[in-house]
Amino acid sequence: MKAKIYVTLKRGVLDPQGKAIHASLTHLGIDGVEDVRVGKFMEITLKEIGREEARRRLDEACRRLLANTVIEEYRIEIGG
Amino acid sequence: MKTAVLVFPGSNCDHDAYHALKHVIGVDAAFVWHKESSLDGFDAVVIPGGFTYGDYLRSGAMAKLSPVMGAVRRFAEGGGPVIGICNGFQILLEAGLLPGAMIVNDSLRFICDYVHLRAGTDRTPFTRGIPEGTVLKIPVAHYQGNYYADEPTLSGLEERRQVVFRYCDPEGEVTSASNPNGSARNIAGICNEAGNVLGMMPHPERCTEEVLGSADGRRLFDAMVAWLGERTA
Repeated sequence: MKAKIYVTLKRGVLDPQGKAIHASLTHLGIDGVEDVRVGKFMEITLKEIGREEARRRLDEACRRLLANTVIEEYRIEIGG
Repeated sequence: MKTAVLVFPGSNCDHDAYHALKHVIGVDAAFVWHKESSLDGFDAVVIPGGFTYGDYLRSGAMAKLSPVMGAVRRFAEGGGPVIGICNGFQILLEAGLLPGAMIVNDSLRFICDYVHLRAGTDRTPFTRGIPEGTVLKIPVAHYQGNYYADEPTLSGLEERRQVVFRYCDPEGEVTSASNPNGSARNIAGICNEAGNVLGMMPHPERCTEEVLGSADGRRLFDAMVAWLGERTA
């Protein structure tokens, strides 16, 4: 069982890396970009513990370690 | 009087802190490996700078789970003085012993330079006798020192006199030009509500002797020794 976790800075928290990448994209001539936010992607392989239990445990994992909820938000996708 | 210098995998300012305490200040100091679960017998704790666990995930994110951090929490709750320097500050934030978080410097550069700090309160063991408005010259060396907290948290820090140091110019003026990393309200160091836990990005342990360019860092450790002397008296 695989799960995907996306951790991104909250809206309102300055993302200097995103800003620099945005500027570089503009410099490359890739127009039409409104905003860039840099985050983290984690792929987690779980034992077969059921989707509901998996979500519960991963939510705890995010709150306690994988994300810092002072500055970051997270999204969990549980796949097949 | 015995001070503990915590050592995690990736700590690299532990020897500087040990040297400052033992050889410059002249107090007993010992390294404490992060797997230890007790700080019994120690009077003060230094969480030194470095790159614990290679800064994996986030600075301090892994170190906050080391066994010794449980002991640090109990030590702090008992009123013992704790100073977290640079990565040590990041660990205290991650552990929730201090509010807020660090993000990368707004310049996206690693900054290694002397900065000036304006002292904001003398109510911590490390700033006792350093009046508000005193300007100290202390170096920084970090990539993630851009202090962030939401507005209610920042207001709370100000109201409760928890802002211990702000980046300033040599005259002590807190200006945006003297903010090296984009920190909210130029914050360089904060303490907990009780005042006994201090976290700061600049490195006082690196400037305890004039030969190093400044001896201003010594004042924090001298203050700590005086505070501990009063406490045991």
